[in-house]
Amino acid sequence: MSTTNIQAMKQAHKVLAEFTYEPGNVEKGYTGRTLYVNLSDNTIASKPVTQQMKDLFIGGRGFGLKLLWDGVTPDTQWDDPENEIVISSGPLGGTTGYPGAGKSLVVSLSPLTDCVMDSNVGGYYGPLLKFSGWDAIEVQGKADKDVIVFVDGDNGRVTIEEAPKEAVNSHVLGEQMAEMFAQSEKGKRAISSVSAGTGAEHARFGCLNFSWYDSRRGHMRYKQAGRGGIGTVFRDKKIKALVVKFSDMKGGLNNPADPKLLRQVGKKVNEEMHRLDPIQNDMAGVGTAHLVSIMNDYDLLPTHNFQYGSHPEAHKISADVYRQLYSPYRIQDGCWYGCTMACAKGIDDFTLRTGPYKGQVVGVDGPEYETIAGCGSNIGVFDPHWVAEFNFYCDTYGLDTISFGTGMAFVIECYEAGVLNQEITGGLELNFGNAEAAMELLHLTARGEGFGKIFGQGIRRMKKIFAEEYGGDPQFLQDIGMESKGLEFSEYVTKESLAMQGGYGLTLKGPQHDEAWLIFMDQVNNQIPTFEDKAEALHYYPMWRTWFGLNGLCKIIWNDVSPEDNALTDEPAKIPEHVDNYVKFYQAITGQDVTKEDLIFHSERVYNFQRVFNVRMGYGRRFNDAIPYRSVGPVTITEYESRAEQYDKQLCEKVGLDPEGKTTEEKLAALRRYREDQYEKLTDAVYKRRGWTLDGVPTLEKLQELGVDLPEVVEVVKPYLS
Amino acid sequence: MIRVNDKFEIKWEQGMTVERLLEQLKFSFPLIIVSIDNVLVSRDEYATRLVPNGAQVKVLHMTAGG
Repeated sequence: MSTTNIQAMKQAHKVLAEFTYEPGNVEKGYTGRTLYVNLSDNTIASKPVTQQMKDLFIGGRGFGLKLLWDGVTPDTQWDDPENEIVISSGPLGGTTGYPGAGKSLVVSLSPLTDCVMDSNVGGYYGPLLKFSGWDAIEVQGKADKDVIVFVDGDNGRVTIEEAPKEAVNSHVLGEQMAEMFAQSEKGKRAISSVSAGTGAEHARFGCLNFSWYDSRRGHMRYKQAGRGGIGTVFRDKKIKALVVKFSDMKGGLNNPADPKLLRQVGKKVNEEMHRLDPIQNDMAGVGTAHLVSIMNDYDLLPTHNFQYGSHPEAHKISADVYRQLYSPYRIQDGCWYGCTMACAKGIDDFTLRTGPYKGQVVGVDGPEYETIAGCGSNIGVFDPHWVAEFNFYCDTYGLDTISFGTGMAFVIECYEAGVLNQEITGGLELNFGNAEAAMELLHLTARGEGFGKIFGQGIRRMKKIFAEEYGGDPQFLQDIGMESKGLEFSEYVTKESLAMQGGYGLTLKGPQHDEAWLIFMDQVNNQIPTFEDKAEALHYYPMWRTWFGLNGLCKIIWNDVSPEDNALTDEPAKIPEHVDNYVKFYQAITGQDVTKEDLIFHSERVYNFQRVFNVRMGYGRRFNDAIPYRSVGPVTITEYESRAEQYDKQLCEKVGLDPEGKTTEEKLAALRRYREDQYEKLTDAVYKRRGWTLDGVPTLEKLQELGVDLPEVVEVVKPYLS
Repeated sequence: MIRVNDKFEIKWEQGMTVERLLEQLKFSFPLIIVSIDNVLVSRDEYATRLVPNGAQVKVLHMTAGG
């Protein structure tokens, strides 16, 4: 990247607004203020963080929800200027002495679900923003022309600048921002940018890329706030990048209440990580790719649009293969300072086969398990290089690999079922395993051309288009289109886990395994056999997992390594020693004398607030928690017959029906009636446990118990309470 | 017959070890806890500890997930 080009880009900037501020200090994890930016009228302002905001919403996702609630009305659409993008870390975020403490949380209204979306992401932006003086950035309005928003944390200055000449695609733009704002190569560590890509301009499932400088590799790297289309909102606002610069990064900047306690618990956790990760999941070696062969062994790896759970060629995209591609082995690949799990693996020196950057040698950030499954087994592709190419282009185009993969799997099954043909697809032969065709569709989607324009709408809207315009059977499309609330499913087969069906359907934002990951507890361990057991798990785990998003933390540290004596504890699935570690971590930073029950209470309060927010936006009720039948049981005869012995046994033992002499259609129908009824019963049990009505609305008693019965919250729920 | 997690049934064979049982079940998850008739079996015994016919075995997988 030539200096002349960067200078020309900078000279073309026009500063539309400037705001100066005193840098300030972080006290016990908080700066005490949030930054408000309005791109319609170029306002930049500081807003105070009140004690009530800290008490009720903690930080991170909680702050995002509160600020978004205040910024929108029930009629606000995702592409209205009133919609906001809020990014916040959390009081524990930015800690360097405890692993996995660098997450940012992003909140907005989603183009896929038309409702509240939250997404978590690594990279440096959120923590550097905090140390620059801001607990959150809140961006509202829309610019007339492409802009960047630059927070200069070194000098206490925020600007909105027109930026006409910079690239839009992230792998180029991230480098340009680092080059533009760093004083030196080493100084690039002080820069982090948030960007999307050209794909996010044409598809509803746009994602955000959060950068950091990898000094070993000498280039920027990216983590993604993938789910829900917030990248699409970003480009709709004509934001090219949000950039932060903070050069004085060091440990201790959260000014913890008890630094000695923080050192003790951090040292203990880091030592455990070093000792146990290599012999447990080897996250530092292969990241989440270790899950591919495990999911395949347990018949859980989504294959051919979630029809099946395994494939004989799955070994070609397993961790053993990626271990060779992520080089060198076990190099520390953290996405925030001090993380000893360091699992942000990447492929260096990858030559692209297709697209606008064909022939270029690039770095690929990933692939993670979700991308390997979604852009691999689920679309019938078992070539690790194609998966890496999908990963690269989705990232730089600003497209969510999960929505892309699950959406592609749906489209392929529709093509193979005759709902689509080459006339509709513009000549693309969209068969399982045809990586070239899928890649071409990705490029078309990024350009907003041809069938890519339709694909970019997402599964929910494609179901409607395929039924109304191409004569597809609406019931078939509904059954096989793996979306709920409008968000595409992430990559696990849930047919044999009722609890995980709930873990996808009975959620706030849609079928992302953010809230719960109960497949093994349920399907394999058989630890939660009754509806009440499942409901208890669908209370505890979403609340516990929400807590990470309030505080700027990564969940993987909690559960991807396990103390040696965990087996001897009363509830090993909760990893109680790690929960105690987090209690100490929270105490050490904030000075609050909390128990583990208090942490659950913090989350439950925010969780219920978010549910009411959904109700406020016209959703958040039972109808919105429905899931497609493909996630519950076999849809087609082929699916049933692929595991006939297993399903016949269940018909006999669970349904009380003798399969002898019955046609597959009869058995399919009987199993379906049973399983759909099971999901409804689970829904009843879960709502009861959560303190909600049978329609899924939080009761007044629950809101009062949680102390979130604010007048504006009660006003929303009252019409739904008898 | 061996009953695992009150759910899976595996045909017992003479000389069946924990390791063999896990292979039969295709339980390849690295973070598991095994007990036979409520007695914990440590990982270093999987290749040698025999599983008696009719045993109630628990193989608990730790949560993890992507």
